[in-house]
Amino acid sequence: MGAIIESAPLYLAGFVATLQLLAISGIGAFLIGLLIAAFRISPIAPLRAFATCYTEILRNIPLLLILFFCAYVLPYLQVRLDFFTLALIGLTGYTSTFVAEAIRSGINGVPAGQAEAARSIGLNFRQTVTLIVLPQAIRTVVPPLINVFIALTKNTSVAGAFFVPELFGATSRATRDHGDAVIPLLVFAALLYLVITVPLGLLANAIERRVTVLR
Amino acid sequence: MSMSAIYDAPGPIARRRARIASIVATALILALLAWVIYLLASPRVSANGARTPGVFDASRVDILGDPAVWQAVVGGLLGTLQMAAVAAAGAMFIGILFSFARLSDAPWIRTPTAVVLEFFRGMPILLMMLFILLVLSTGPFWAGVLALAVYNGALIGEALRAGILSLPRGQREAGLSIGLTKFQTRMQIEFPQAFRQMLPVIIAQMVVLLKDTSLAYVVGYHELLRSVTNMQNFFGNRYLFTLFAIVVVVYLSVNLLLSWLARYLARRSGSRTGEVAMASVGAVGAESA
Repeated sequence: MGAIIESAPLYLAGFVATLQLLAISGIGAFLIGLLIAAFRISPIAPLRAFATCYTEILRNIPLLLILFFCAYVLPYLQVRLDFFTLALIGLTGYTSTFVAEAIRSGINGVPAGQAEAARSIGLNFRQTVTLIVLPQAIRTVVPPLINVFIALTKNTSVAGAFFVPELFGATSRATRDHGDAVIPLLVFAALLYLVITVPLGLLANAIERRVTVLR
Repeated sequence: MSMSAIYDAPGPIARRRARIASIVATALILALLAWVIYLLASPRVSANGARTPGVFDASRVDILGDPAVWQAVVGGLLGTLQMAAVAAAGAMFIGILFSFARLSDAPWIRTPTAVVLEFFRGMPILLMMLFILLVLSTGPFWAGVLALAVYNGALIGEALRAGILSLPRGQREAGLSIGLTKFQTRMQIEFPQAFRQMLPVIIAQMVVLLKDTSLAYVVGYHELLRSVTNMQNFFGNRYLFTLFAIVVVVYLSVNLLLSWLARYLARRSGSRTGEVAMASVGAVGAESA
């Protein structure tokens, strides 16, 4: 217990850094993911191909490699940014592919009849998408999207291995300082992660129950 | 939904517009690619004025002919696959245990299991690896294996539970009515069906597990990335980009191959299976690191 109190400032700074990583890369990943999803359903073939390559490549490289690239290879190529920004770039890029996939599968989940019906009553492309398809897609997209952000919360810990003093980095430093109290220090860190992930999970379940459309 | 359902069949004007947009988009993408390649290939001047050649320069790729590099690649890949295989077997075992305990009739088994599952699913694998490494002092290999097995076991357990719950009630009732015990019904009637139904999800999770073995890099295990990038200590810092590129290519090929295999199996095992499995993919498949 004493070790936790002594390391409290370390943990607090780490927790704040984790929340910052989560918030900034979460918003960035959402915006980029939205764009990539839009590319994937666009009628322009090269954009579709680009979006497919982007998601397939980034999704199939382990996050650790992406952050390794950001932390070692980019500075090596003389990109001069601090490690926090570099980690943000890596997390944003990696997470954006999962956001894009969640949005795309939500749009795919809307039955074709809905769009056909919209078009047959004379709505144009923009109206079909904004009035008929998207409102239905968003309902099925939100719970998986929250799951993506839960995964992102846990993924921020990988940044801790690359010189970013977030919660995992702070924990491993605290365990080095207090080698005799490793178990409480690690359990405390796990609880701090759960403080973020469990409410998000409950939120996802609640939304899922409320917005599910029975067809 | 098939994408063509959103828009009308294009007329001549729309077709022309689409063609122009395609050409512009292609040009932009090619320009972007060319710019990245140009940036990589151009020599760099570092802060102290020293010039270093671009990454495609012969002085940076001449190690590709050295068998020591390929030995490191094969050794690292074997280390990664070994960890993935042991962890996958462990995850299956733990997943089955979790799914049974979570569906147990006794509340004093069911409730603690639910809490433990939530705990394991909500914390980062890295933290679990560090915990096992420091508390159980197992060494990097077993720290990685145990953390991956427990984490993925929790996810597979939830998938199996969803599979068992999605079975028609009559399956269990029929089992009980022909005189099987509850345990026999679960083992012989419910579980085999749930397992087959959830096979695509489980395989997808195994692909994620293989990707996640890279996290063992952090606890010092000699997996692919560490064993290959360690070669720069031997050959010199200027090979970092080349060595890293090798690791990326190996990971990409292995993962794309496995993803393709998972999709093939999902398609082959029938549409009903695919539907239930895909419904739970949102919960399971998204949780990758």
